[in-house]
Amino acid sequence: MSLKSPLRRVTYLGSAKGGSGHWFAQRMSAVALVLLGLWLVAALATMGGASHANVVAWLSSPVAAAFAVLLVLVAAWHAVLGLQVVIEDYVGAKGQRLAVLIVVKFVFAVAAVIGVLAVLRIAFGVAA
Amino acid sequence: MAQRARPLSPFMHYRWQYTNTLSILHRITGVLLSFGFLLLVYWLAAAAAGADRYAEAVAKLSSPLAQLVLFGAAFAFCYHLLNGIRHLVFDMGHGFELQTARRSGWAVAIGALVLGFIVWLVIRGGMGGVA
Repeated sequence: MSLKSPLRRVTYLGSAKGGSGHWFAQRMSAVALVLLGLWLVAALATMGGASHANVVAWLSSPVAAAFAVLLVLVAAWHAVLGLQVVIEDYVGAKGQRLAVLIVVKFVFAVAAVIGVLAVLRIAFGVAA
Repeated sequence: MAQRARPLSPFMHYRWQYTNTLSILHRITGVLLSFGFLLLVYWLAAAAAGADRYAEAVAKLSSPLAQLVLFGAAFAFCYHLLNGIRHLVFDMGHGFELQTARRSGWAVAIGALVLGFIVWLVIRGGMGGVA
């Protein structure tokens, strides 16, 4: 006989772990990406051609660099959240699923850091 | 009394409706956009690496195959954006009436094609000034 209370024995079992947090994060990042995505398209449309000089001039503005960093971070986050659901739905074997999830999360973590560093390098005037 | 048919799992007997396709397209475009994100990072990294490396990257992105990929990315971006807003409205409990859901579905599909083409022209036009 267990001395654990019935509640203690079921808490964190079953489906109700962190699902609502994942769900909410996916939607909150979606709302942010609506704004950041439209901002990116508007920026591309108005910079007068994506020459190197124009891109550097664009990201030299602190506001543009801030939005670009946010875009990279939020897009990576949203992509990982979405890919995680897709992988969990279609990759059946537990070991494979874990392996694919780890690879995807590592790839997007690396990509996000590269993206942020690239924007900062331009923003701080290091890129010639 | 005749034996009643036993219940089947939903995917065994749901008839196809175009809203199914709209739904799975949201997933597919989401996965495509994840690759599109990696392209965006490649573009930013190339810009940060200097004018020469940037010119090389833009040359690569100007090949016919890359242009096709970029058009796909532009369409996926617009579809996922519009359908994402549609789903956010669903999440708030609105737009579930059959007719409304179908109309918004059509609006998303047509809007994504039109806007996707425009966004692709923006990207292409921007690159035209370089390569």
